[in-house]
Amino acid sequence: MASKPVSDFKCQPNGENTPRRVSGSGRSCRYQSESESDGGPTAKSLAQLCSRDEDERAAALEELSQEVLLCLGSARQGSARLSKQTLLHLLRLSRSCPLQEVRGRATELLRTAQDQGVDVPRALASGPSAFIPAKEMLKEGPNQKVLIESFLSLGRVDHITMVMALHPSYLSCFLRTQHALLELDGPLPRHWRHYIALMAAARHHCSYLVQQHSAGFLEAGGEESWLSGLERAPTKLRSLQTLNKLLAHRPWLITQQHIQELVCPGADPPWSLAELIHAVVLMAHAHSLSSFVWGCGLNPEPDHIGGYTFEPPSPSHLPRSPHSPAHEDGRQELVDGAMEVEVLMKRMVELQQQEEECTQEEMVTRFERERSESIPTAVVRGAPPDLVLCLVEEPEFRYEDFAPRGEQAPPTMRAQDYSWEDHGFSLVNRLLPDMGQLLDEKFQVVSYLTYHRMAMHEGVDTYTLRKALWNYIHCLYGIRYDDYDYGSVNVLLERSLKVFVKTLACHPEQTTARVYHACWRHFRHSEKVHANLIVMEARLQAALLYTLRAITHYMR
Amino acid sequence: MEKMSRVTTALSSNTISGRTMFCHLDAPANAISVCRDATQVVVAGRNIFKIYGLEEEQFVEKLNLRVGRKPSLNFSCADVMWHQMEENLLATAATNGAVVTWNLGKPSRNKQDQLFTEHKRTVNKVCFHPTEVYMLLSGSQDGFMKCFDLRKKESVSTFSGQSESVRDVQFSMKDYFTFAASFENGNVQLWDIRRPDRYERMFTAHTGPVFCCDWHPDDRGWLATGGRDKMVKVWDMTTNRAKEIYCVQTIASVARVKWRPERKFHLATCSMMVDHNIYVWDIRRPFIPFATFEEHKDVTTGIVWRHQHDPHFLLSGSKDSTLYQHMFKDATRPVDKANPEGLCFGLLGDLAFAAKESLISSDANRKPYPGGDRRYPIFFFKKPDPTEQFAHVSSALSVFETDLDSNRMDWFVKTAQLYLLSGKPFAELCDHNAKVARELKRPQVSTTWTMLRIMFSDPANLTAQGPNHNLSKLGTLPLMNSFSMKEMGSGMGTESRLERSKGDSRQDNIHLEPGNSHISNNNEENEETEGSDGQAEYMFGDAELDDDDLYSVEHDNQAEEQEYTLPQEAFQLRHEIMDNPSAPEHLQQDKADSPHVSGNEAEVTCLTPIESFSLISISQPLYSPHLPASFFCPIVREMLSYYAEQGDVQMAVSVLIVLGDRIRKEIDDLTQEHWYMSYIDLLQRFELWNVSNEVIKLSTCSAITCLNQTSTTLHINCSNCKRPMSNKGWICDRCHQCASVCAVCHHVVKGLFVWCQGCSHGGHLEHMMNWLKSSAHCPAGCGHLCEYT
Repeated sequence: MASKPVSDFKCQPNGENTPRRVSGSGRSCRYQSESESDGGPTAKSLAQLCSRDEDERAAALEELSQEVLLCLGSARQGSARLSKQTLLHLLRLSRSCPLQEVRGRATELLRTAQDQGVDVPRALASGPSAFIPAKEMLKEGPNQKVLIESFLSLGRVDHITMVMALHPSYLSCFLRTQHALLELDGPLPRHWRHYIALMAAARHHCSYLVQQHSAGFLEAGGEESWLSGLERAPTKLRSLQTLNKLLAHRPWLITQQHIQELVCPGADPPWSLAELIHAVVLMAHAHSLSSFVWGCGLNPEPDHIGGYTFEPPSPSHLPRSPHSPAHEDGRQELVDGAMEVEVLMKRMVELQQQEEECTQEEMVTRFERERSESIPTAVVRGAPPDLVLCLVEEPEFRYEDFAPRGEQAPPTMRAQDYSWEDHGFSLVNRLLPDMGQLLDEKFQVVSYLTYHRMAMHEGVDTYTLRKALWNYIHCLYGIRYDDYDYGSVNVLLERSLKVFVKTLACHPEQTTARVYHACWRHFRHSEKVHANLIVMEARLQAALLYTLRAITHYMR
Repeated sequence: MEKMSRVTTALSSNTISGRTMFCHLDAPANAISVCRDATQVVVAGRNIFKIYGLEEEQFVEKLNLRVGRKPSLNFSCADVMWHQMEENLLATAATNGAVVTWNLGKPSRNKQDQLFTEHKRTVNKVCFHPTEVYMLLSGSQDGFMKCFDLRKKESVSTFSGQSESVRDVQFSMKDYFTFAASFENGNVQLWDIRRPDRYERMFTAHTGPVFCCDWHPDDRGWLATGGRDKMVKVWDMTTNRAKEIYCVQTIASVARVKWRPERKFHLATCSMMVDHNIYVWDIRRPFIPFATFEEHKDVTTGIVWRHQHDPHFLLSGSKDSTLYQHMFKDATRPVDKANPEGLCFGLLGDLAFAAKESLISSDANRKPYPGGDRRYPIFFFKKPDPTEQFAHVSSALSVFETDLDSNRMDWFVKTAQLYLLSGKPFAELCDHNAKVARELKRPQVSTTWTMLRIMFSDPANLTAQGPNHNLSKLGTLPLMNSFSMKEMGSGMGTESRLERSKGDSRQDNIHLEPGNSHISNNNEENEETEGSDGQAEYMFGDAELDDDDLYSVEHDNQAEEQEYTLPQEAFQLRHEIMDNPSAPEHLQQDKADSPHVSGNEAEVTCLTPIESFSLISISQPLYSPHLPASFFCPIVREMLSYYAEQGDVQMAVSVLIVLGDRIRKEIDDLTQEHWYMSYIDLLQRFELWNVSNEVIKLSTCSAITCLNQTSTTLHINCSNCKRPMSNKGWICDRCHQCASVCAVCHHVVKGLFVWCQGCSHGGHLEHMMNWLKSSAHCPAGCGHLCEYT
């Protein structure tokens, strides 16, 4: 079961006479449609670049360069023949392809083109993430095998994959889940899935995901006009808006009525429960992934808007676009952070031994304090690009801090009364077979993921810290564990970290480099990515739990 | 025997009575438990902790244990257990990780006795030792199990589950030192309480969490586990490796499992999500619940049998804030609604038949039937060997296919031309049409005609013809022959034979019992099924295929037969219907004493066979005394609608016409008219004018018959002046001459007028024929050489 959904990701015989994979041919159609104006068979060779057969790959690379050179040679107005798409593909390959020979050749071709007087695009970003220096990425080095594998099966290595590849065990189950959500059999048509995902990503102004899913949407045969605004999409999709909004910002408000409105036969046109679950998982997935994208400061892909420029580089002025994360260097304030780590470790050890008893009152207060503590997250950013804005209804609806205790605080959800393990899983698996299993696996991988090290220390049990992070996020979403002492959140998570986590979980679009760099200053980047993963999954689970509970109540 | 006497004493000393009843709780329940003497039940949940007394007619609230102005989380219970030895002692597991004991004997309002806060996370389960008063075991989400001695302030030993969350812990009923623990990762561990360092044994029971486990109350080696993977598994722990001996597949994750007292193979389950019912399973029959309780409106969270020796009362608490007492006799029995054997015609004449495997394959078990080939017997019952009554219940599915060569439409034309719709006796029409359909390779239609003949014919007519002869002449589906019975006497005869042999075997059974402990043990196990399933070996419907023609056809079909093996269960004749209290005692007495039981037998012995027969046996007019033709009308009506909806409106209309008054009033006029119109339209498209006309003529719908009356006007021109003849009569208004005069006799022709297309002269048909026989020229003398063909 585990490896079935992405058998093409996991393993494929590398035999000489392996027939070209189906997905490969599917991809070739995609490129065909994308680069129609190309008029050339470039698409085919591009698709074959991710063949598992080395010879075939080499042949495809040869063919590709022949074609490009032919284009350059045959026409004096080279740029007329060499379309923008092809150039962008070459750019992307030269930047992100994990295969050395492809990368080298693509760079070479681009340079040749430039020599011929073609306007050649240039990637703006120097690496997948604006927060993590590209050099560090290489140093902490995701292993190349993982990247090559995902290049071969997905056709490209996007920035998400590159950053997640710092945690390969998580990456594989993440890709499997995403593949199952977007590509495998399911109640929703494929272009709808992408559309729902981009609707969801738009709520967090995540133009990275919006662009990625727009491409997926068009590729799956979606109608281009839908992308220009929500009002062009079918009513059925638009009816998801309320749920999308709540799910993104205040999932605790989702009730049985919301489900009923969508599902009951009176609704026009009604959703089936299976479709609805599929859509909910898609939306929650996209929301939490937006958190990750913002939290890791992912740069736009080289072929995304804002990821490239045709202008020559000017030394004085770095062009910035609203699509890439704000760049503030927060690293200068690197003061004796080493002390911080020591203190944190001591506290962790203390916590594990501590037998301090506190009253119920106190426990409740601690939970409430964490939940309603005001963490200033609002660094107001410029308005999101139109590309995204046209896909959002009520953009002013945001996460709202829980009111201090007493005043109409929404009821807390008790984790013991509705948990993923006992309840959520069964419901998802019932309505969307296999999805429960995949999500469950992902949650488990995240909760067990550890390298037994912290900053410069090895052999540390980070369980309490991970638990505190997870529970803190759930606490921000109003989920309370009876058996957890929220005092330890306060002890373990210093304020700058809380700012980071809360921004990520609740206002991901406001994440800045300053926030990223301010916390955990001596930690490795991969550890911060790890924290990002915890935030992402905890957020996903919280949102799912609320919706699933509402669905359970509806089904009752 | 020994056990039985114990049961009787247990029950007689403390007779429990009651009825199905419920009461509203103030809050959702998480768990319930009963005290040993079955008079009180404790309900625990996040916001409730109360004791209810079980009275004859109702629940009575006895005590609220949730006291204090601001109840602490220690009251938020995940589980509760009432000590089975000490009636004042209760233990609860709190969601915040506390284990609390309660002493009802305390004089104060707060009955809390001890508080252990050793667990770091939610405690999922507490369990008292069944015989040791002071020993309490807990299992928690933090991956530890702790054993408490209630005389001490803290735990005496801690068992580590390697940070896997513990979902359930249960002391073995029989082994003093053993307990089982189930884990979130799907494992089950066996521990010895004297050795906290390491488990005795571990095995993986489920994929995903194992939510519950329960030791069999009598059989020391049996452990039932239920998991999120929707399975209940029964493990035999006596062997070296835990062996899965039974597996029940439910429809939702299994939250609780409880063995039913005094019934070796029964257990009750409830689900954690989606499904609100409580099921009682016979583990030997894992595909259909033995009994179901459907009262709850939200998930059932706690189930417990009221008394440990009484299988008739089940208590349950639920998230819907109700507490129920279920009487076993009020349970629904899904088995009653299940079919014992499955038989189904495919749309195109294929036939699938599923039955117990032994019925289909094993020749050895079959009792020889005097005279005749027994190679294709279909129905017979065999008395199962009591020792393995449920051991090998598996069914076989056979599919018999007919070959289809084309799906072109020419069958429509042929059928339309060849069908006879009137002019012969009903039976012959049916036979003819069946034959037509069969020759066109439409067995389904053919069979329908045959069945119609059987349904609506006067039985007296049929008996005149030999059944098999009749069949072969009709040549129905080859397969039908398998079902034909020969010379079995009347239906009553069959029945009486069954009864007799059944009686015999019953005597044998009883006869054996005192001497043979093995058998008696068996009867005990199968006590509930005795009433319905211990019948004699008998059979019926042994196909007699002496007709060679048919036989060869059948062989052809046999070649295509495919064998499938269905999962166990499938369509075995239902074997459990009764919930006989203490059946072994009854068995000693004459069966007739128990009217309920005998009624049941009758049901099985005669109803089942006849059900199987009524539609498929052709030769025997079994039904003739009971079933008037009108009995079938609803079925026929449905059938017609079915055909019409399938697009075969031809069949619908043909049957409608052939059956005539037999069915007409059953179908509303509008539908009939609709069918007729469609059929006529089709016929006309295929240019089958004659058939279309016949159909119109035979139809009884006024709207249809009047189709023949429309467009019947003929416009005539005068043969002299070429003007239209306007008024009636034979004289043209304009030229005042007779319009159509016979050229031979010069009289006006009224009726058939025949004329030469060359010279337009003509006259009476006979006159013209006669004339042209002798002469080649026109009788009018125009000199034209007319021809009459």
